[in-house]
Amino acid sequence: MSEVFTVAVLVAVVASAIRLAVPLLLASLGETFGQRSGVLNLGVDGIMLLGAFTGYYAVLKTGNVWVGLLAGLVIGLFLGLASAVIAVTLKAEQGISGIGIYLFGLGMSDLLFQKLVGTPIPIDTFPQVDVPILSSIPYIGEMFFQHSMVIYLAFAAVPLAMFVINRTTFGMNIRAVGEYPEAADTLGVSVAGVRYATQLIGGSLAGGAGAVLAISLGIFQQNLTNGAGFIAIALVYFGAWRPMGVMAGALLFGFINALVLELKTLEIIPRDLSNLAAMAPAIITILVLAFAAGRFKAPAALTKPFTRGK
Amino acid sequence: MSIDLSKRQRRFLAYSIPVLAVFAALVFGALMLILLGADPIEGYSEMFLGAFGSGDALIATILKATPLLFVGIGIVIAFRANVINIGAEGQLVLGGLFATMAALYLPEMPAIVMIPLVLIAGTIGGAIWGWIPGVLKAYYSVNEILSTIMLNIVAVQLMAYLLRGPLIDPAEIERGTRIPQTARLAESADLPLLFGSDRFHIGPLLAVLCAIGAYYLLWRTPLGFRLRAVGLSEHAARYAGIPVRRTITLALTMSGALAGLGGAVLVFGGESHRMVTDGSTLGFTGGAGFNGIVAALLGGLHPLWTIPASFLFGGLIVGGQALQRAVQVPSALIVALNGLVVIFVVAADRYRATLLAEDGRDMVADADDEGGGEASAASSGVEPAPRGTDSFRPTGTYDTGDDR
Repeated sequence: MSEVFTVAVLVAVVASAIRLAVPLLLASLGETFGQRSGVLNLGVDGIMLLGAFTGYYAVLKTGNVWVGLLAGLVIGLFLGLASAVIAVTLKAEQGISGIGIYLFGLGMSDLLFQKLVGTPIPIDTFPQVDVPILSSIPYIGEMFFQHSMVIYLAFAAVPLAMFVINRTTFGMNIRAVGEYPEAADTLGVSVAGVRYATQLIGGSLAGGAGAVLAISLGIFQQNLTNGAGFIAIALVYFGAWRPMGVMAGALLFGFINALVLELKTLEIIPRDLSNLAAMAPAIITILVLAFAAGRFKAPAALTKPFTRGK
Repeated sequence: MSIDLSKRQRRFLAYSIPVLAVFAALVFGALMLILLGADPIEGYSEMFLGAFGSGDALIATILKATPLLFVGIGIVIAFRANVINIGAEGQLVLGGLFATMAALYLPEMPAIVMIPLVLIAGTIGGAIWGWIPGVLKAYYSVNEILSTIMLNIVAVQLMAYLLRGPLIDPAEIERGTRIPQTARLAESADLPLLFGSDRFHIGPLLAVLCAIGAYYLLWRTPLGFRLRAVGLSEHAARYAGIPVRRTITLALTMSGALAGLGGAVLVFGGESHRMVTDGSTLGFTGGAGFNGIVAALLGGLHPLWTIPASFLFGGLIVGGQALQRAVQVPSALIVALNGLVVIFVVAADRYRATLLAEDGRDMVADADDEGGGEASAASSGVEPAPRGTDSFRPTGTYDTGDDR
């Protein structure tokens, strides 16, 4: 066993954990906005899948990874709009309508892939950008400063999200609408408007997360996310609806995934047991939820549609 | 909503809304077909014929509807107790696995013993997979939507592991094809066929009996009263001395048990009489765990109305497959279309509730405006205490049918 946990392996695992954390981080940051405003979007995985396909397809056609990322963000924006219409305007039961969005995304991304692409063709991936000086620090550099630009940007989005939620009027409105929409409404805040805005943010980040996933892997396939969108939703609970908590959760899951991958590569987990190893994230999510649930309070109006004048 | 409509008109409109929602989803699907270069009219007529156009089609539809009904009844029970069970996919899988293992490992026995045993095994498997999120919700306040989704993921992997490993058909290893499926299970466990058909087994009948049983349970027994009381207002129920936590756990356990029974029926009523997967849950369940939820909503969250709703939905799935074969589009279209139907039905649901609420039942109208909806009402703790004699119905309101 000792040769497994060498410094080199550990460094590789940490670096890979950070890469694997990013799609989760982006999707759950977006979902954090939505949930803080009182909307649970269970369709994140579906949006990620469509974002992943769109991003993949755009890179395939243009050869430009940034166009791919943009395409993912834009398709996510449209799906966020659709989610908002369903959850905010039509006031659908959010616990179920999101499953519809998920199934739509799952089927549609696969359908488009089969119709437009057919056989998987590898695409360009994000180029690595070494941070000057820092990247040459032994170990630390390899772990933290030899990634692609999207990864740095994703982590930079965390303090930005904190700032928006905690320090801006818009953020205050989000929190008000999520905790006590009646009061917010009385003060002239448009409950529906704020919720539409958070769904647009959430949708585009989920679409972007999918694109990042596909472009990082350089490939698309049916059900590429493999439930990552659902884990992202759980991470919002885990992170107690705070960007920093969400980031910690995303890193933890990135680490678990990276570790499982590494153990598989080193054949410490035999191939036959890989399905059992794949359960780990879901089981850990449940345990983490059990740990977190009693400790942090969800936004009071979460999943509750708002009707004025009652 | 206009107040001018008569009560009868409003009710008619209310009950036709879900059907209109399905129709709207199909219109959307027609646009997708056009974009795919297929003729939607040809597609949809094939779809209708494939679902309801012949005796064989009707049998296929009924068989497809069966797991939806099992799941749907479970959803109704859970929903009445204010619990959303998204975990039926996993519960179907566990039910299938338990029943399969019972058939593989139990000694050869006569059918009269074997069939009940495998069905009970399936029920237990599903019940366990419902009990876990039940305990997590009741005692650790873990959101059941999230925990059941995670348990779905665990169930798929468990199925893939078992069907690729310990339970795999030895012939698959010999041939080297390694298709993840079990051997043909004991013939004594095959569900008996009815009406001299070669496929129509007792599963649908069993599901209908369960629906009637659920109706009886919910409105004619003390346990049903407790479930609905907890669903209406946890606080009121607690003051009335109802063990809320135990009731919530039980609601999810029963919901899972019904789905588990559905999973067992899927295995032993299936034409291959073995459990097989393509590595996803959808491969085994055909999405019944999600579609059962929609069937329950279509049926107004009433166990008996869930019967025709499941039939309609079964037709939609069987017809969808006929459509896909006829116009040569990838089967992924069906998954996407399925998602659209879920979205449209769920989105339309509240309008039905609003229409029914205007039936002059103030209490229901109040509750609907609470904004909490069915699911979140009790947890908000601001629900009005139940009033009146027949007012034990969840907020948001579905006609319970007990006054019909």
